[in-house]
Amino acid sequence: MSPRASSPLQPAQTKPASIRNFCIIAHIDHGKSTLADRMLQLTGAVEERVMRAQYLDRMDIERERGITIKSQAVRMPWEVDGETYALNMIDTPGHVDFTYEVSRSLAACEGAILLVDAAQGIEAQTLANLYLAMENDLEIIPVLNKIDLPAADPEKYAAEIAGLIGGSADDVLRVSGKTGEGVDALLDRVVGTIPAPVGDEDAPARAMIFDSVYDAYRGVVTFVRMIDGKLEPREKIQMMSTGSTHELLEIGVSSPEPVPSKGLGTGEVGYLITGVKDVRQSKVGDTVTNARTPAEQALTGYEEPKPMVFSGLYPIDGGDYPVLREALDKLKLSDAALVYEPETSVALGFGFRCGFLGLLHLEIISERLRREFNLDLIATAPSVIYQVQREDGELVRVTNPSEFPDGRIEKIIEPVVRSTILAPKDYVGAIMELCQSRRGTLDGMDYLSEDRVELRYRLPLGEIVFDFFDHLKSRTQGYASLDYEVDGEQEADLVKVDILLQGEQVDAFSAIVHRDKAYAYGVLMSGKLKELIPRQQFEVPIQAAIGARIIARENIRAIRKDVLSKCYGGDISRKRKLLEKQKEGKKRMKMVGRVEVPQEAFIAVLSTGETKKDAK
Amino acid sequence: MARLPDGDPAPADGALPQSAAEGADERAFGVYLHVPYCRVRCGYCDFNTYTADELRGTNQSSYIDTALTELSLAKGVMADLGASREISTVFFGGGTPTILPPSDLVRALHGMRDAFGLADGAEVTTEANPDSIDAAGLRELAAGGFTRVSFGMQSAVPHVLRTLDRTHDPARVPHVVEWARDAGLEVSIDLIYGTPGETLDDWQRSLDAAISYDTDHLSAYSLIVEDGTAMARNIRAGRVPEIDEDLQADMYEMADARLAEAGYDWYEVSNWAKSGLVSRHNLSYWQGADWWGIGPGAHSHVGGVRWWNVKHPSAYADRLREGVSPALARETLDEHTRWSERVLLETRIREGLDAQVLTAEGRQAVAGLIADGLLDAKAALAGRIVPTLRGRLLADRVARALT
Repeated sequence: MSPRASSPLQPAQTKPASIRNFCIIAHIDHGKSTLADRMLQLTGAVEERVMRAQYLDRMDIERERGITIKSQAVRMPWEVDGETYALNMIDTPGHVDFTYEVSRSLAACEGAILLVDAAQGIEAQTLANLYLAMENDLEIIPVLNKIDLPAADPEKYAAEIAGLIGGSADDVLRVSGKTGEGVDALLDRVVGTIPAPVGDEDAPARAMIFDSVYDAYRGVVTFVRMIDGKLEPREKIQMMSTGSTHELLEIGVSSPEPVPSKGLGTGEVGYLITGVKDVRQSKVGDTVTNARTPAEQALTGYEEPKPMVFSGLYPIDGGDYPVLREALDKLKLSDAALVYEPETSVALGFGFRCGFLGLLHLEIISERLRREFNLDLIATAPSVIYQVQREDGELVRVTNPSEFPDGRIEKIIEPVVRSTILAPKDYVGAIMELCQSRRGTLDGMDYLSEDRVELRYRLPLGEIVFDFFDHLKSRTQGYASLDYEVDGEQEADLVKVDILLQGEQVDAFSAIVHRDKAYAYGVLMSGKLKELIPRQQFEVPIQAAIGARIIARENIRAIRKDVLSKCYGGDISRKRKLLEKQKEGKKRMKMVGRVEVPQEAFIAVLSTGETKKDAK
Repeated sequence: MARLPDGDPAPADGALPQSAAEGADERAFGVYLHVPYCRVRCGYCDFNTYTADELRGTNQSSYIDTALTELSLAKGVMADLGASREISTVFFGGGTPTILPPSDLVRALHGMRDAFGLADGAEVTTEANPDSIDAAGLRELAAGGFTRVSFGMQSAVPHVLRTLDRTHDPARVPHVVEWARDAGLEVSIDLIYGTPGETLDDWQRSLDAAISYDTDHLSAYSLIVEDGTAMARNIRAGRVPEIDEDLQADMYEMADARLAEAGYDWYEVSNWAKSGLVSRHNLSYWQGADWWGIGPGAHSHVGGVRWWNVKHPSAYADRLREGVSPALARETLDEHTRWSERVLLETRIREGLDAQVLTAEGRQAVAGLIADGLLDAKAALAGRIVPTLRGRLLADRVARALT
């Protein structure tokens, strides 16, 4: 076993040859955080007395749900054959919604540990990130984790991995993050096979931002990988995408707690603090240079975050609107991808139209709003961006059914994704049926092993944002995993279906759907609403309509009886209290015209039933 | 059994706050006496009643003596308050008051007369089960000062009576009505509609029978299935069908039409009377009068203070034996609560509510309620808030809209 390094190398004085930058590609639950914990202990980066489980996962939601939302970098010392090295482990977000962040994290590394649960095998998102890593020419170290589990089948999954990345099954390392078995050998392999970073030490400084996090006390903490040159404390730095300059208040490395340093040299990984308060001023993928002697060319690969999924967020208690606004303003500081603007709904009152990278991003934001700001929210059904061309040639961008133009439509363009679904082979039929019902086209299918299949489908994004994942899970008894990335656009025959209560359109229930599914949607929605809306003192027709054409209808009959028949001396107090309680309940009703619609009806209609979607 | 409301503690001597005396001269004063015994308990009943004769520390034969102890406490409290006045109405309810010998009931009435005095023309009613009273008993009651009897007929249809656990022979009802009339008593009968399994035809039979007895007064209640009753358990277990509120509405409309045809005028959601022979005692509940309720679980109201007695006859007897008020808890209504009770109660009656009493918001809501056919437009134009037939069936909605 390699000994723990006796004298760690100092930042800003470490030659690139002694540096190894790597990340861990793993599916949620495959033990990445636990493995990281063992590495922190083994290298002495974290002392035993302060060690805690999942040390690097800062956010409560991350730790509870086992999802890494925000990545970080940790510098760890390690000695091989008497030589001391600085290992930078760059944590990557594990989910598809954060593909861009993942790509930047990968771009900061020369190698990647492919970590796979020895009892479960590789999953769709891992596969997607593995492709990304291989496209970035990263050196891959395949590792099977959890070999201590009784259900572990390392032979089978080692063969599966070897089949995917080439090489032999014997090259696949076997570790247990839980017991620590094999972790030292893994660190040795990192030093041995991952190339040292290469850069021009004398060139003007170029550092790539791979993460940017907001800290309530310190403002924005920017994580960078030095590509060329070096940065030193008190220097003036420049963001190359915007040209804005900032004073470098602090520069250092996380090991894993932040330690200020005398700077960062070529190939090193560390953090910068400039005092800015908004992550939008320090964007992932941007290039940091020295303001006095700036580099001529920014690093390639920078992209603005692009929201793909939109949803209206409305406080259940209208009085919470200012709280929601403040909360979004706060979350924005730490989330460059979150966009929102005020929106008014006839049925739901005042709220915000929010744009998200994807479904998990949406869910994380709603969850944080609920948990950190104590907000009770209704989220409208997620929508994607449609380009609608009117007959007169005018192009309208629609992120909300209410923006759908009236009158004749020339054509409608919808976003499309390339999806990968991994599942046991027995479920192929069920998955194909689902994908076909969602207008999917099969791109290809491969056997990863004898009983595991990879299906590749092109699907309209609009068809998967609502309840696709829930259906996929339930049809495969939870075994399927899904990954997707946006892949162009296509023309589609879509219509807007409106729902009317007593002739009054309920904007929150409108949807843009394929023409062939409009009738089914109308019948489903009007039927659901009939069940959910209590009888009123007048008859309430429910109609589904495309423009002026009614495609489905239901009727809520007027209530006939609502009276306590017996009301004598002893009943009066009880009766009055009941009345007061009923009046309280009435306050939680939303009025659509004269129709009282319970909040529960909105929630039930707008949610998929299974509201919690795990990221698997 | 119906749960008692939550309230503030009531003082051991039963004393009332001085505020309760305000305006007492303008309010009628009544006495309710609860008899907490029945021969059998009906499956739908959630009233405070017991079938055992002998409960710890009390029994049926000593019950009136115990009740008279509370009466003397009432006399003292009302005198101290300076709000003592003659009794306008008396009502014996239960349970089954006629499970006690008529002499006991008469003795209790005399106790009331001695304590407060009985106003000229006072109305004195007792509830009676058709099978727990006979001609002689009715004569004895009339002679003792009772003016009115209300029979629990419920239905004329045997299978409906069975579902309700009512044991009387429906054929006996016309006879007891006749005997009561012969004794010089005003007569009312109670009906229940919407019993599980009861059809519209069944209900029509019961209505026709009741109308043929030509009583002065008639009450018809939709069956309410209260939590904790045997019937609620039977419905939950699927042994008895669910209550169909739409059918109950049909039955109510049928009742109102047939009764109107037969010369009965509605004067409260569930009450109809001929020739103005309304139940003055019950009307006083809806019009905010004062009354003292005697007996276990009985509720009282004096000048905006509502209180209720301990429920169990043993606990009730214990308290009175120790010279402590049987009141378990009470509430002193604030201005707003008194107002909302007034709206709630007066919109149930034919006389209606003075529109001036409503808030500006409430007056705004009146137009919508007229448009939906819940309030009588003509009455509203004349300044009274009176429900229509449909409005009576939706009286709780009317109250919510106006408060």
